[in-house]
Amino acid sequence: MSDAAAAITQQIREIVTQHARLNLGPEALTDDTDLYKAGMSSHASVNLMLALEGAFDVEFPDRMLRRRVFESVASIRTAIQELQAERGPGAGG
Amino acid sequence: MSYPSLPRVLVGTDIVTVSEVAAALERFGARYLSRCYTDAEVATCTSAAGGWDAARLAARFAAKEAVYKVLSPETGWLNPRSVEVVRSSSGVPSLRLTAEAMDRATELGIASWSVSVSHEATFATAVVVAVAPPAGPQAHT
Repeated sequence: MSDAAAAITQQIREIVTQHARLNLGPEALTDDTDLYKAGMSSHASVNLMLALEGAFDVEFPDRMLRRRVFESVASIRTAIQELQAERGPGAGG
Repeated sequence: MSYPSLPRVLVGTDIVTVSEVAAALERFGARYLSRCYTDAEVATCTSAAGGWDAARLAARFAAKEAVYKVLSPETGWLNPRSVEVVRSSSGVPSLRLTAEAMDRATELGIASWSVSVSHEATFATAVVVAVAPPAGPQAHT
């Protein structure tokens, strides 16, 4: 994993820990942990989405408003990287 | 021996912690409102102090989630704004579905909806009932 991807991942993990209201501690959260199975409610998933948008200065388009996008740290990272790439060079780390 | 088919009754329910909505309002403000509620819903959920009534908003979010559970969209996500809780002049709530919620309800053949909401300081809850055509003839021996 590149340094940029690692930095994004760490930031996502912090945001998930703060906003997803999981029933497990941050030390148990892996990149592939199913956040819904770990206790993230529908309202918490909205909060998570809003927090991610604010932190990464992106807006999730309708096509990305899917359960699978917010299912794990890894899937969120993929979505963030895709949005940053669409924004062009110099958009995020 | 077969009996006439009966309409299907589908039920959804949800409960929301009011403090979570209050925290979202404080943290995200207008962005939270614009993503989750219609303009009409926001207008009916202002508090006497001039801010937003978190309990009433929580009840509406619970209703949206209850509808989601009935519709079970294949995407696993339903735009909250496509489900609107409408309050009549008498205070009786009803549902207005638009866009993807309406599309999914049409796909399922849902002909009518009923909703009931309730809230107090800590929790808000909603129950929705949807009526859909019969699944098919039922045979009994």
